[in-house]
Amino acid sequence: MLDSTSTILELLRSGDATAREVTEQALRAIGATQPSINAYTHVAYDAALNAAEAVDRDRKAGRPLPPLAGLPVAIKDVLCTADMPTTCSSNMLRNFTPPYDATIVANLKRAGAIVIGKTNMDEFAMGASTETSAMGLTRNPWDEDRTPGGSSGGAAAAVASGTVPLSIGTDTGGSIRQPAAFCGITGLKPTYGRCSRLGLVAFASSLDQAGPLGWSVEDVAIGLQAMAGYDPADSTSVDQEVPDLQSAVATDNLQGVRIGVLRDSIDQEGVAPSVRKAVSDAEKVFTDLGAEIVEVSLRHSPYWVPTYYVIAPCEASSNLSRFDGAHYGHRQSAQDADGAVDESLAKAEPLEAMYRASRAAGFGSEVKRRIMVGTYALSAGYYDAYYNQALKVRRLIRGDYDTAFESVDLLLGPVTPSPAFGLGENIDDPIAMYLCDLFTVGANLAGVPALSLPAGVDDEGLPVGIQLQAPVMQEAKLIAAGAGFQSKTEYHRLRPSGFIVS
Amino acid sequence: MASVAGAVADSYNAGFLGSPFSLSFTPIDMPTSTRLASDRYPVTVIIGLEVHAQLKTQTKLFCGCATQFGMPANTQVCPVCLGMPGALPVINREAIELSVRTGLALNCSIPPLTKWDRKQYFYPDLPKGYQISQFDLPICADGYLDITDPADPDSTRHIGIVRAHLEEDAGKSMHDESAGVSDTKIDLNRCGTPLLEIVSQPDLRSAAEAKEYLSELKLLLTHLAVSDCEMQEGSLRADANVNLHLDVDGKKVATPIVEVKNLNSFRNVQRAIDYEVERQLVAWEDSGETINDAPKRTFGWDDASERTFPQREKEESADYRYFPDPDLLPVRLPRDMIDEIRSSLGELPAVTRTRLQNQYGLKFYDADVIVNQGPAMIDYFETAASHSGDPKKTSSWIMQEVMRTIKERDVEIQSFPVPPNRLGELVHKIVDGKLDNARARDVFEYLLDHDENVDTALAALGIEAVGEDDLLELCRELLAANPQVVEDVQGGKQQAVGALIGKARAKNPNANPKAVRQTLLDLIAQA
Repeated sequence: MLDSTSTILELLRSGDATAREVTEQALRAIGATQPSINAYTHVAYDAALNAAEAVDRDRKAGRPLPPLAGLPVAIKDVLCTADMPTTCSSNMLRNFTPPYDATIVANLKRAGAIVIGKTNMDEFAMGASTETSAMGLTRNPWDEDRTPGGSSGGAAAAVASGTVPLSIGTDTGGSIRQPAAFCGITGLKPTYGRCSRLGLVAFASSLDQAGPLGWSVEDVAIGLQAMAGYDPADSTSVDQEVPDLQSAVATDNLQGVRIGVLRDSIDQEGVAPSVRKAVSDAEKVFTDLGAEIVEVSLRHSPYWVPTYYVIAPCEASSNLSRFDGAHYGHRQSAQDADGAVDESLAKAEPLEAMYRASRAAGFGSEVKRRIMVGTYALSAGYYDAYYNQALKVRRLIRGDYDTAFESVDLLLGPVTPSPAFGLGENIDDPIAMYLCDLFTVGANLAGVPALSLPAGVDDEGLPVGIQLQAPVMQEAKLIAAGAGFQSKTEYHRLRPSGFIVS
Repeated sequence: MASVAGAVADSYNAGFLGSPFSLSFTPIDMPTSTRLASDRYPVTVIIGLEVHAQLKTQTKLFCGCATQFGMPANTQVCPVCLGMPGALPVINREAIELSVRTGLALNCSIPPLTKWDRKQYFYPDLPKGYQISQFDLPICADGYLDITDPADPDSTRHIGIVRAHLEEDAGKSMHDESAGVSDTKIDLNRCGTPLLEIVSQPDLRSAAEAKEYLSELKLLLTHLAVSDCEMQEGSLRADANVNLHLDVDGKKVATPIVEVKNLNSFRNVQRAIDYEVERQLVAWEDSGETINDAPKRTFGWDDASERTFPQREKEESADYRYFPDPDLLPVRLPRDMIDEIRSSLGELPAVTRTRLQNQYGLKFYDADVIVNQGPAMIDYFETAASHSGDPKKTSSWIMQEVMRTIKERDVEIQSFPVPPNRLGELVHKIVDGKLDNARARDVFEYLLDHDENVDTALAALGIEAVGEDDLLELCRELLAANPQVVEDVQGGKQQAVGALIGKARAKNPNANPKAVRQTLLDLIAQA
């Protein structure tokens, strides 16, 4: 039951299940999986049960209920929640509770969803394995020796381990799509500006976008419908109506739809055979659905990762300046418990020593690495060579997408070069970790929506994903094609062994 | 020691149109004890001002918090201006409009697009770790402000404006070092209030010119209602960039530039510049250090010791790592919006000042005083003058009686108890010879407390014109009683009638002194 949003909503509406029963079941599932999977940084036992009971009372009293009334959801711990800690999986914010709800959290609550907890992630969303979390790593429910991907690894694992039917992640360079692929679920990164960023603790402001993760396209469409919409409090949110996404789900005919296959990326060295096969199998499925397959290349795709790894750290270095120990979050004095002063801080002014000690202790090494890279690239004398140059390339990358979408409706390609990698495999090799983003960062740089779909299984039984990308504001096209694909395939119905069936 | 700096300023103004002046220099109580070996250099003082004006918006630049001054610490704050995680800025439209208004009045060009940049540094009163400001596309660029030349009120000085950009203010740090502890308290109420930073060209040549520029700018900003310009509340603050160009044996030598920060009164601007001019001369004489040897330095001004002092400097010059703020979209400034604001500007103070001189024949000083009181006073004057028929007399009544009353009763001209048409009618009676100044003042005092028209006031005070016959009779009586005066006048001492004027007033307060005098002289001549 907890593996389908639409089923739960149907049971709740018909009265075959109460919100309290559903919530209790979710909490039991968390209790069962948390020790091994560690998908959550916080579980809101009492608050979730209280909210569920309120829904049941309203239903009993015959009051009109919002569309998601009683649906348990999990929220990535980078999204502000006024009634729960928001740690960004960092020691810096270990004890921090924001004074307000992120707009998308408020939207989900208004739609009746019950926030059951906060999910683990790479620290400040920087990473592709959830191993940089200060709250302990998260394991992949398909194989506990592997990572769930990242940075929304907790959100993906929360769904894949059967604790919630829907979770909300964020995607700056692939952080929804890559963990969705690693965990065999569906993940949607909306158009930049489709969902409000107010209350999303910024990693890279021009790239960050929140989106839903669930087993099926139908479920993520339900999630996106509830969370999306213009927010006047976010200057970068787009003032456009969100179309009816459920009606897009009903489409199973792709007659006349042109899908461009990104052959260059598939043929690239280092792409696993299982990934190649998943894409070519998908081509056949889409052809059967009536779509026309053509080959497309995005000329500047070799520059995606370098461009991304200049722009994202530059913005991060600035966005993370506010974590200085002065106003909230971790503060550390330069003195240790015995009053001894750290040698490197002995000569610093007291204020600077506090800043340095707090940031040194509060941030993990990947966060520090990106702050340093970004600070360097924005420095006088380097700005033009790095940041400004990256902005220029970013314009070319967007131009590639514009050109491609003149001749096709959607782009098809891989999400990741390989299925889930092992824990510890890439953690000491930042470059290898960054290459996980090879196929995903383009959508962030161009601001287009992208969907990750389960589309294969490798020899070891690990899920393999494919990615669809659409022009800006065309989530409905993605959903229609994705739902069509899932009407002809069973990959989104596969569950990890030991999956809690209830 | 102020006298020396005064000499710099005054002599420079004298020399501005002609050749540079020579400076006679005797340092007293200066930071270095070295006396100048050479005491005569032609010196040109170079000053540029950066003025921060707090815009009079209802709310802060990027959030909905109020901007009221003097509220309890940290009560006008929200997640946005506190820099909380996840908070996002939204631009205040009113701040844009007020900035454009100012830019147009300063003859600036307004670009079709303006954008936001982050200026990054760590300080506890800057909770985001960066200030949202404007780096390369300021909202106003390349303008000027004409000021009266303090050395010659008949001529003006053309002061270039490099740019004016919008930015958010930081909070306030209050350092408490009492009782041997060093404690810093932070008030973030001011954090995020909109500031327009107006940067002048280094076109100012003396402390007096800097002060004149600042007063003209303040007048303009208050006239436009874009800023309160209360320096003591910090809604107008100035930084002065100062250096000297010395003519050393025909070779131009420039001293290192010093930026004196956070000058919070007109007086301090003048004193800091005067002090800095002296200090730089001594320092140059001492070290020979020129602009090529040292980067721009930041100094503060210590009010108590009346000195500038170097502020803590990093080894390397500050790198603010400006980059475009990805949380804010660039702002398009449509032509028609700019045109609309331009057409709403009305007459600017400098134009009014000239017009009052040309149209009404006022002296520069009088026109300046009226204009400096603001648009309401200008209106008051013009309405009163149109009723009185004598603008000059009207202006002197305003400058004496009206402005004195405003001060004494602490009232605004907008709600002045004597409306301008009534004052005009009163002055008109004087012009017509129906009232003398002394009686008119009585009427004015009466009108301050009685909302009545002038004629009613005259009746209430028993003031009526004295008829010709009554006047003749009064004068005859006086002459009969004072034969000595008749004799004196006949003997050629006309001023002797003066003694009788007072007597006439004692008998009949309504008697017009001028008329009494003429009648007396006529009667004596006929005798």
